[in-house]
Amino acid sequence: MRRWLRDLLKELRYYPSALLGGSIILIMLVLSVLVPIWIPYPEAVRLWRGGEEVWYRLPRQVPPAWVNWFRREKLAGTLIFSTRDQPSLKRSQPAGEGRRIETEFVFDYPYDTFPQELVLYIWARFREKAPFLTATWKTPDGRSLRIMELRAEGMKQGFRFAQDRRLLQRLQGVPPEEALFSVPEATPPRVLKGTYRLRVEAVTFEPDSDVDVEFVAYGQVYGWAGTDRYRRDLGVALLWGFPVAMAFGLLGSVGTTLIAMWLAAVGVWFRGWVDELIQRLVEIFSIIPFLPVLILVGTLYSRSLVVILGVAIILSVFSITIKNYRAIFLQIRELPYIEAAQAYGAGSGRIILRYLLPRVLPLVIPNLVIGVPSFVFLEASLAVLGLGDPVLPTWGKVLDEAIFSGSLLQGSYYWVLEPALLLMVAGLSFSTVGFALDRVFNPRLREI
Amino acid sequence: MTPSKALLQISGLTLHFRTRAGIVRAVDGVDLEVGENEALVILGESGCGKSSLARAILRLLPRNVAAYHGSILLDGLDLMRLDDESFRREVRWKLISMVPQAAMNAFNPVLRVGEQVIEPALNQLGMSRPEAMERARTLFRLVGIPEAFLQRYAFELSGGMRQRAAIAMALITSPRLVLLDEPTSALDVLTQANIFNKLKQIKWELGVSFILITHDIAVSSELADRVAVMYAGQIVELSDAQRFFREPLHPYSRGLLASVPRLRHRGELAFIPGRPPGLIQLPPGCRFADRCPLRFEKCAQDPPAIHREGRMVRCWLYE
Repeated sequence: MRRWLRDLLKELRYYPSALLGGSIILIMLVLSVLVPIWIPYPEAVRLWRGGEEVWYRLPRQVPPAWVNWFRREKLAGTLIFSTRDQPSLKRSQPAGEGRRIETEFVFDYPYDTFPQELVLYIWARFREKAPFLTATWKTPDGRSLRIMELRAEGMKQGFRFAQDRRLLQRLQGVPPEEALFSVPEATPPRVLKGTYRLRVEAVTFEPDSDVDVEFVAYGQVYGWAGTDRYRRDLGVALLWGFPVAMAFGLLGSVGTTLIAMWLAAVGVWFRGWVDELIQRLVEIFSIIPFLPVLILVGTLYSRSLVVILGVAIILSVFSITIKNYRAIFLQIRELPYIEAAQAYGAGSGRIILRYLLPRVLPLVIPNLVIGVPSFVFLEASLAVLGLGDPVLPTWGKVLDEAIFSGSLLQGSYYWVLEPALLLMVAGLSFSTVGFALDRVFNPRLREI
Repeated sequence: MTPSKALLQISGLTLHFRTRAGIVRAVDGVDLEVGENEALVILGESGCGKSSLARAILRLLPRNVAAYHGSILLDGLDLMRLDDESFRREVRWKLISMVPQAAMNAFNPVLRVGEQVIEPALNQLGMSRPEAMERARTLFRLVGIPEAFLQRYAFELSGGMRQRAAIAMALITSPRLVLLDEPTSALDVLTQANIFNKLKQIKWELGVSFILITHDIAVSSELADRVAVMYAGQIVELSDAQRFFREPLHPYSRGLLASVPRLRHRGELAFIPGRPPGLIQLPPGCRFADRCPLRFEKCAQDPPAIHREGRMVRCWLYE
């Protein structure tokens, strides 16, 4: 077995495309194993289905951070400061019944574009007398601006700069994310780079009352994959797409091919009604339309990935490939060594497993590899048709949501291109390896 | 000379095939005995039913069998009474093994020779792999193949080696009886002689019995203890080897022996005129009659098996 593998690898050296494809497959397989360890399944579902609470700190529908590598003007990144994460930012001193809590966020703003949105989140704890908050903005050139004064409402509360009428009045209608970060009186507006300060003062009126604040300057880029219109990190879905695609593709392809091969061998060996039954089933199944049946199952029964995979395997097992294998087995069945095996008392199972099946493996292995992309694409197609797994984040689901959110019209090309690219790379790498294996195993295809 | 103790007793064994042209009477009422540690050579020309006889003994039947009956006693066990499943489990390779006719092609091309040779031991005796491998090594030494060839594939072996590997495979389960179906038919004369020497040595060392099916009289005389001559589905002569080669009884046997080239013989080589009858439409009476130089009126009737001094001949001449 080891020698066989070594010879195979030696042969594959002559196909650089296969080596490249093989390494990509290897990387994808490693990722498929690692991703569920990094982001366990419940965590992935939480990150993808958790709701506003999980992803409120992420900017809405922005491209990945690496687009900045290709731009002269660097798009703004997301800045997050929170006294919940860093309680040391709070300075408090007693004042009357309650306390006076001062928080100052100091940050550098090195980007060339304005942020997408500015929000100050407030968590206040009190019994009856609500704390009072004020916020002051200080620019690098020393200007100072009162931007907020409000009474806390309790629980989580978001102060959206762009929606505050008083602030807009003060800024004479210029959107705050622009006005607060720009060089004064520059047209067109230009970012003033440097150190900014946001100072939040809270006054509480009860001894055990407390206030936490969090400032988020939503950027124009996020992470390695960007976000969608719900602010979700596409990276989660794209990463989880690896195990799902690999599992679906490999299980589908291996399951279909091995079962078909086995059925063909069983039919040929036992002949009679067994063979008849398998052949008739193949003929019946070959006129059953594949996609409509899957859509039917998805609509009426279950859209779970496992169910869809099972139905897809059943539908493709009884395909015409059984007839191909059967034609080969019919030849092999009559070879002398099969009779020799019978002579020494080998049973039917042993003859099928040890004498019939190994003979078609050279034909099966390339088909097995070439068959993987079609199942990967099947999952994506079903997702785009709206029959994707309702829970799992997959490449197909990302593609589906991108299309239905009109991402291309809004210029969010990354949203469509990322899952599409992954699908194409997966398909191509399996195909190149499969074609190379075909040439290695099938000497008739080799050039002279 | 009757065998000291009969290991295999066959009587009235019949195997007919159904074909589009009619019923082929390939084995038609065969009576045979093989003794303990004895080599019986079955001689006959192509198409006389020798291979079918081997198949009938091991119950390796094609699908178009029209008739299959008779009795086969092996060490007192009635093989014809066993159902197919217990025959497969209890008889094949445990009691009777076989070196198939085209041993060149009898090896699975995707298995190493060693793996293939030990298959019967694993399958039939439930031997452990290392144990079986050890036995395969011993047998390879015995048949004269370097042990390293256990790790090779069949196509890497020469014809003679493959044949010897097939013999090793037949012996792996220590059966009582080995059927050799034309074991040397595709080999050169030197290799043939070599293999017959090995078989002699094996018979001596392991004490097995052989049924050797061949058309090659010269080489088989090396090994034979007794000789059966088969013609048109029947045994026409059964005799101990010494007397058979010195003085064959049946006219057909005489013809066969006369057609073997001899060193001191001058002149044209003798041959038997005519062709053997087709097994579908057998002539009435003696089946050899129309080629027989000694034919007389009685030959129009079926000749009985005539026993004489421990020899059997199916010819009216000896009545």
